[in-house]
Amino acid sequence: MTQTSTLSDVREFHPRVRTALDNPQIRSNFRNAMDGLMGKRQKAFDGWDLDKLRDLGAAVRLRALARLPELLERLEANCIRQGIQVHWAETGEQACEIIGDICKARQARTVIKGKSMVSEEMELNHYLEEQGIEALESDLGEYIVQLAEETPSHIIMPAIHKNTTEISDLMHERTGTERSHDVDYLTASARQQLREKFMTADVGISGVNFAVAQTGTLCLVENEGNGRLTTTVPPCHIAVTGIEKVVEHLEDISPLLALLTRSATGQHITTYVNMISGPRRDAELDGPEAVHLVLVDSGRSSVYQDPELMDTLRCIRCGACMNHCPVYTRVGGHAYGTTYPGPIGKILMPHLLGLDSTRDLPSASTLCGACGEVCPVRIPIPTLLQRLRKESVDGDRLRPSVVRGHGSKRHWKEVLAWNAFRWIFASPGRYRLLGMLMTRFRAFTPSRVGAWSRYRSAPKPAARTLHQLVNERAKGGGR
Amino acid sequence: MTDPIKLYPAKPEKVYFFATCLVDLFYPDAGMAGIQLLEREGIEVLFPQDQTCCGQPAFSSGFNDQARDVVVPQLDLFPGDYPIVVPAGSCGGMMRKHYPELFAGTPWQEKAEALAARTWELTDFLLNVCHIRLKDQGKPVKVAMHTSCSARREMGIAEVGPRLLGQLGQVELVEQARAEECCGFGGTFAVRHPEISEAMVNDKTEALVAAGAETVVATDCGCMMNIAGFAEKNQRPLKGQHIVSFLWERTGCSDGEGEA
Repeated sequence: MTQTSTLSDVREFHPRVRTALDNPQIRSNFRNAMDGLMGKRQKAFDGWDLDKLRDLGAAVRLRALARLPELLERLEANCIRQGIQVHWAETGEQACEIIGDICKARQARTVIKGKSMVSEEMELNHYLEEQGIEALESDLGEYIVQLAEETPSHIIMPAIHKNTTEISDLMHERTGTERSHDVDYLTASARQQLREKFMTADVGISGVNFAVAQTGTLCLVENEGNGRLTTTVPPCHIAVTGIEKVVEHLEDISPLLALLTRSATGQHITTYVNMISGPRRDAELDGPEAVHLVLVDSGRSSVYQDPELMDTLRCIRCGACMNHCPVYTRVGGHAYGTTYPGPIGKILMPHLLGLDSTRDLPSASTLCGACGEVCPVRIPIPTLLQRLRKESVDGDRLRPSVVRGHGSKRHWKEVLAWNAFRWIFASPGRYRLLGMLMTRFRAFTPSRVGAWSRYRSAPKPAARTLHQLVNERAKGGGR
Repeated sequence: MTDPIKLYPAKPEKVYFFATCLVDLFYPDAGMAGIQLLEREGIEVLFPQDQTCCGQPAFSSGFNDQARDVVVPQLDLFPGDYPIVVPAGSCGGMMRKHYPELFAGTPWQEKAEALAARTWELTDFLLNVCHIRLKDQGKPVKVAMHTSCSARREMGIAEVGPRLLGQLGQVELVEQARAEECCGFGGTFAVRHPEISEAMVNDKTEALVAAGAETVVATDCGCMMNIAGFAEKNQRPLKGQHIVSFLWERTGCSDGEGEA
C-alpha cells in the first residue's frame, strides 16, 4: 500500500496512532533507534561549546533568511555563470513537471535518485512513473522504503521503522535476495543491484543540503556514495531543493555542517561531502554534461511572510527533533501521515498542507521542549506549536490567524468549555465557590473523568482548599 | 539566543505565594508545606486571596482570549515589589516565560513583564535565594526525582531538586532511566491524545519502579497526578509526592525540632 500525504490520509491521525502504539515491533524499533541516535549525538558534541555553536548556526540561517529574495537571485546568477540551469517552481506539481520535461527532452527512461525529502514532498516518483519513467531510489533506506511501497518514516533514516528481519524478508520477496540477518550481506546485495542502475540511468536526481549564493555551489552530504554516483555518473544531474536552503557564503557551510552531521547521526563528518559547482568542464573526464537546479517554493514563501513562523524555514533537516521527541519515539513517523514527521513536521506541514488537514498535529505534543533544546539552529519549536494551536482554533482576537485552514479545529463544545473556565477562573468569588463545592461534595467526585481515568485513577479534591487553610490559619485556627 | 542568565534577588522580607489551582484544590498540603518552609526561613508569606489559576490550560490549548481574561485581574494581586513564588515549574513557566508573550502589544504588557521578572519556582527560591539548609529527621527511604519539563527547560532548575534531596541524610536518591524524558502529562494533551500519553506514562512509571524508588518526588502536581495516578490504577508499587511536601515532612514539619 502506498502511503501518500493526501488530505483524508493526514486527517486520520488518531487511528494511525492507535495502530502504531499497538504494534510492539514499531514501538521497539523506534525506541531502540532513537536511544542510539540520542546517545551518538551527545557523544559527538562532547567537548564542544554547543550553545555557542547553535547560536552561530541560528545566526547564519537567520541572516540568510533575512535576505532570502536577494540571495536566491544571487544563487541563480552564480549557478548560471557556472553552467547550472536554474528553474523555479511555485508548487510541487510544477516542480514535477519541470523535472519530467527535462527527462523527456533527454528521452530518459530511467532515473536514479539520491535522497531528497523535497522530492518526497512533491511525490516525484509517483509523477515520473505516470510519465513512464522509472525512478529508483539509491539511498539504502529509501531503496528499502521503495521496495516496500511505503514512505519514509524519518527524514534522515527513512526505513528506521523496519528491523533486519523485516528488511531481509522484504528483499527476499522483492529481489530474490537470500534471507539473512547479516546486514553486510543485505547491503552488498542492494549495492549490486543499484550499481548496475547507476551505470545505465539517464538522469540522476538529488537533493541539496545547502545552496551557496556567493559561489553557486550545491552542497550535498551523504554516507553511502550513492549521492556522489547519482550526481556524477548519469549524463544529466537534476538537483531539487526548497528555496529556504540557500546560505550566503561558502564559509557559512562550516558551522552548519558541524551541527548537521553531529545532530543527525552523531558523525563528525559524513563519509561524502559533495560540493557541486556545475557540469563537466571541457578538459574534465567525469561529471554530468548537464546540471539543473530546481528551486521549489511549495508554501515556503507564505511561511516567510510571517516574522514568527518564518523561523520554521531555518531548519537544516537533521532530524534531531524527532530523535528526541517522546511522542515520535512512541508512534513513529508514519502515524503523522505527513512527509515530514515529528516536531518539525508539526510546525512545517500545516503550512504546506493547510491547518484543516493537519489540525490534530499541533496538539499532539506535551510541549516538553526536548525538540527546541536540541535544534541545532534554535528553532523555537514549542513556541511555534503554541502559535499553531492558537491558529487552529482562532483563539486570539488580538492577533488574527494567517495560516491556511486556520480555525478548522474550533469546535463549539470546546469554546463553551473554555468560556466556562473563564467564567469561573476570572472571578475570585466564583472560583472560591468552586473550591467550596468541590471540597464539600468531594465524596461525590466521579471516579471516572473521561479519557484521563481510562489509564489513571482520578484525583480527589482535597478536604479543604489552600485558600481555606490559609484563612483558618490567619484567624488563629492553628495550623 | 541562549537563555537569559537568571539573576537571583537577595533574600527578601516578604514573598507572595501563588498556589496554582491544582495545589489549591487537590494538593493543599504541598502549598501549606511551601508556605511553612518559607516562613521557617524567616520570610513573611503573603497569600492574595483573589488568586485563581495562571491561565495555562486555556493558553496551551490555543485559547489566548480566555487565558488573558483569567490572568488580567490577577496582575494586580501582587502590588508590592516582592518576589512571587510558585510551587510548580509549569505554572511558574507560564508566568515567567509566557505572560510576556501573551500580553505583548496589549495595555497589560508592562505589568505582565514586571510580574514575570518577579516570578520564581519555589524550590529554586528556597535553594538559591534562601540558601536553605535541611536537616533530615525521617527514616531511610529510596526516592526518585521527576523534574517536570517546564521546570527543567523553561525554569532551568533541573539541578535544584536533586541538590535539595541531597541535603537529606536518610534519603537515597535513585535515578530512573531516561529521567529527562516527559511523563506524558502535557496538560490537556493527556485527554486529547490519551493513548500516546498512556504509552509515555507507562514507560515513565516502569522506569521509576525499575530504579527501586518507593516514592517519586515531583516538582509539579500535574506530573505527579499523572504518574502516581497511573501507578495506582495499574497497581504498580509507586507513590507520588510533591517535593515541597516531602521536604517539609522530612525536616520535622517545624523549626527543626521534630514536632509530632
